[in-house]
Amino acid sequence: MSEKSKLIQGRTGPWEIVLGLEIHAQVASNSKLFSGAAVGFGAGPNEQVALVDAAMPGMLPVINRHCVEQAVRAGLGLNAQINLWSRFDRKNYFYPDLPQGYQISQFKDPIVGEGVVEVERDDGTTFIVGVERLHLEQDAGKSIHDLDPNFTYVDLNRAGTALMEIVSKPDMRSSEEAASYVKKIRTILRYLGACDGDMEKGNLRADVNVSVRRPGAELGTRCEIKNVNSYRYIQQAIEYEARRQIEILEDGGSIHQETRLFDPTKIETRSMRSKEEAHDYRYFPDPDLLPLVLDPAWVQSIKDSLPELPDPKRKRFESQYGLSHYDAGVLVADQARAAFYEQAAAGRDAKLVANWTVNNLLGRLAENGGDIETSPIPPEDIAGLVKLIEDGVISSKIAKEVFDHMWAGEGAPAQVVEKFGLVQITDTGAIEASIDKIMAANPDKVEAAKERPQALGWFVGQVMRDTGGKANPAAVNEILKVKLGL
Amino acid sequence: MSDLTKLTLKAALAGLKARDFSSVDITKAHIEAIEQARGLNAYVLETPDQALAMAAESDGRLARGEGGALEGAPLGIKDLFCTDGVRSTAASKILGNFVPAYESTVTSQLWRDGAVMLGKLNLDEFAMGSSNETSAFGPVINPWRRDGSDAALTPGGSSGGSAAATAADLCLAATATDTGGSIRQPAAFTGTVGIKPTYGRCSRWGIIAFASSLDQAGPIAKTVEDAAIMLRSMSGHDVKDSTSLPVEVPDFASYVGKSVKGLRIGVPKEYRVPGMPAEIEKLWADGIAWLKDAGCEVVEVSLPHTKYALPAYYIVAPAEASSNLARYDGMRYGLRAGGPSLTDVYEESRAQGFGEEVKRRILIGTYVLSAGYYDAYYLKAQKVRRRIADDFDQAWQTCDALLTPTAPSAAFALGEQSDDPIAMYLNDIFTVTTNLAGLPGLSLPAGRDAQGLPLGLQLIGRALDEGTLFSLAGALEKAAGFTAKADRWW
Repeated sequence: MSEKSKLIQGRTGPWEIVLGLEIHAQVASNSKLFSGAAVGFGAGPNEQVALVDAAMPGMLPVINRHCVEQAVRAGLGLNAQINLWSRFDRKNYFYPDLPQGYQISQFKDPIVGEGVVEVERDDGTTFIVGVERLHLEQDAGKSIHDLDPNFTYVDLNRAGTALMEIVSKPDMRSSEEAASYVKKIRTILRYLGACDGDMEKGNLRADVNVSVRRPGAELGTRCEIKNVNSYRYIQQAIEYEARRQIEILEDGGSIHQETRLFDPTKIETRSMRSKEEAHDYRYFPDPDLLPLVLDPAWVQSIKDSLPELPDPKRKRFESQYGLSHYDAGVLVADQARAAFYEQAAAGRDAKLVANWTVNNLLGRLAENGGDIETSPIPPEDIAGLVKLIEDGVISSKIAKEVFDHMWAGEGAPAQVVEKFGLVQITDTGAIEASIDKIMAANPDKVEAAKERPQALGWFVGQVMRDTGGKANPAAVNEILKVKLGL
Repeated sequence: MSDLTKLTLKAALAGLKARDFSSVDITKAHIEAIEQARGLNAYVLETPDQALAMAAESDGRLARGEGGALEGAPLGIKDLFCTDGVRSTAASKILGNFVPAYESTVTSQLWRDGAVMLGKLNLDEFAMGSSNETSAFGPVINPWRRDGSDAALTPGGSSGGSAAATAADLCLAATATDTGGSIRQPAAFTGTVGIKPTYGRCSRWGIIAFASSLDQAGPIAKTVEDAAIMLRSMSGHDVKDSTSLPVEVPDFASYVGKSVKGLRIGVPKEYRVPGMPAEIEKLWADGIAWLKDAGCEVVEVSLPHTKYALPAYYIVAPAEASSNLARYDGMRYGLRAGGPSLTDVYEESRAQGFGEEVKRRILIGTYVLSAGYYDAYYLKAQKVRRRIADDFDQAWQTCDALLTPTAPSAAFALGEQSDDPIAMYLNDIFTVTTNLAGLPGLSLPAGRDAQGLPLGLQLIGRALDEGTLFSLAGALEKAAGFTAKADRWW
């Protein structure tokens, strides 16, 4: 993607969008950040609430070591600085789903400092996004406004659940880049097991900071769009918001810093509160908690135990298996995909396996709204299919037919070939017979081919049709050349 | 039987163990005393049925030759400690009839050791006050009166109920808490012994929070040794409180009576504040002389940042309080008032639920944490706090403990200072420094003023060196020979 094409054309000239994201990722943990209450989806309202989560008098928070470890893992995965000394602060505001009247977060001294993420665009090119910081904080409970016309109900199951807030630098220049960045963060977190990345459940969501400026000009005033929880919504929200800001600026107006909400049904953003109405959160260090001091040896042991991350894995797939940058990228985008591929590719033509996995299997899965976890075809069957091609038992064309039968659950590739009689014809006698028959029926074409060797292709096609695609194309070519005297 | 209430904790424990009397006997004696002393307003909740049931169980254990360090001893509990199934109010209307489903760590350790709960003791609302007058239940009356006067005096605060109940023999000893002097000043005003241990010695879990970085539990008792016995049961590391210290609990009582010969006692010159009553000057001088007689070396030390302690305290404590008290919002428990809108409920519940002093401190705290003021107030106060701790560290180069008066005056009359918050805050002038530095401080009665009211001396020690304080306090207690009790008028 060229630099120019990212610009938005306004009435008065081009504009550049500047985007920074705050991603909130729920820490994969069985219990909350400061209490022993369970974390899980599907419990009844207020069934996962410890005394401290309900802010009963005299109750105190105690940090969950596992959540700290996950944050460190995430920080290492983002190539970021791990701060061996960090601290929790209270962010004070009143809301019924915030029982303490403050959220425990990290304001001045986050556990993770600056990092760098390399992000792939859809066309395979890459760009760099700086990570400003990652910090741990508590999630709030849920206010449910639509159960009763007069009352709001509060469910505290989520109250106190651990979140990692990952703040990017304003390094993205298009809605696509923003979506790609979120995808990359999600991939990394899922690799690490630090967050399940389930966006539908809100376990990964983003606040998007949007501003526009003339190319090369100073940064414009930004608006923050809160809590957007799908790639599509992120893109829609940014597109709408950028257009809105450009229109205001082109009409001679100015942007007011504010917090906005995205309405996915109307596909628009609308004002939630202005800078003047912004809360004064009165941050101060939480006196119930000691500073979080990490042992460098512990951090090192976490570093040593990290799984292979997507970027190194991609490079390895390219060098070890000779895959294209694109195919390798698709395969490593998900740990399960990469594992599937490596299982299927063992001892086989690795590029062919990549083709079948990426183009056929993942394509088919995507059409059906699934991913590798829901594949009806196991990796050993992709390997089996490729082996049949390698051995010349079936042609690539027949292989597609075999794949369809495999997809339909009709058996392993060898069984399918046998059951449906799809074995490639390499018997030259049968091929010769077919060629003779076609030549006899088309003397004019035979003459023409002798003058014009390019016409050979027509004969190949006829033979393939006559043999139901089972004839070995190489053998057909060879015999035809002899018979036509080419 | 009623003379059982006159026993010290130590004597009572010995009598119980020897089966001279039963826990039910001594508990009944206290229940009667409490009933007769309702005019003091020391208890906000009496739990006689529970007390007798606990006493009966203790008697069972004693009969089997079992029992813990406090077996069968009836105690009073400051109503800032949450008690399982027993109303806990912090003397605030906002908690209403809140009944916790949990027991504070400190009180659960007392019951573990066999103690008996007589009831919940009055205090300043959320422990904010120096005279007990901010209590939603009305003030506690000091059992002490000025000679020839029947004017009602304050027992001090915030642990006024704990101090008055101990002084009037309405319990053998009581739990208390101290954020800026709330154990030591009431102890001084009532002729009792109180110790605020090192921050982190006692778990804060289950104690209704005022200012988390300053709050610390401790006992109020009749003697130094009783305080040591109480503190041992109250102390100990608790994984539920991240600020609780993972250290062993010494046998504090074993330090009482130990020789103090050779210990160096610092006398901080900055504590000689202008306008200090001559009687307190004299008491301090007496204390110095007694310790010299006991073989201590007395040195003058300087704590140069002392004058900033009170202002820093009245920034840090309200800041933390403003946040700690945000949870009282009318949503989940306690008082709920107001109309249909959320803002109405917040405003009305908090307007009706909190008293004036609590509101004042929430406002101060909110202000000092606000954007644009944080650096000038809260951050600056934290820096002062560091300096004050450094002052003490410096002092420990030349001495082992400090001796100061506990409070700048004897008990004053109820209503006397209640219109002047600054005058009221000055009560904490000698005590807040130890809270800011996290150090242990002990107050013991050492004399009486011209009107017959008790006066207290304070000992300040190194972090976790309560043992030395108990030794010194034992020596002072012996030398001072303070045995006076308030004449019973109630």
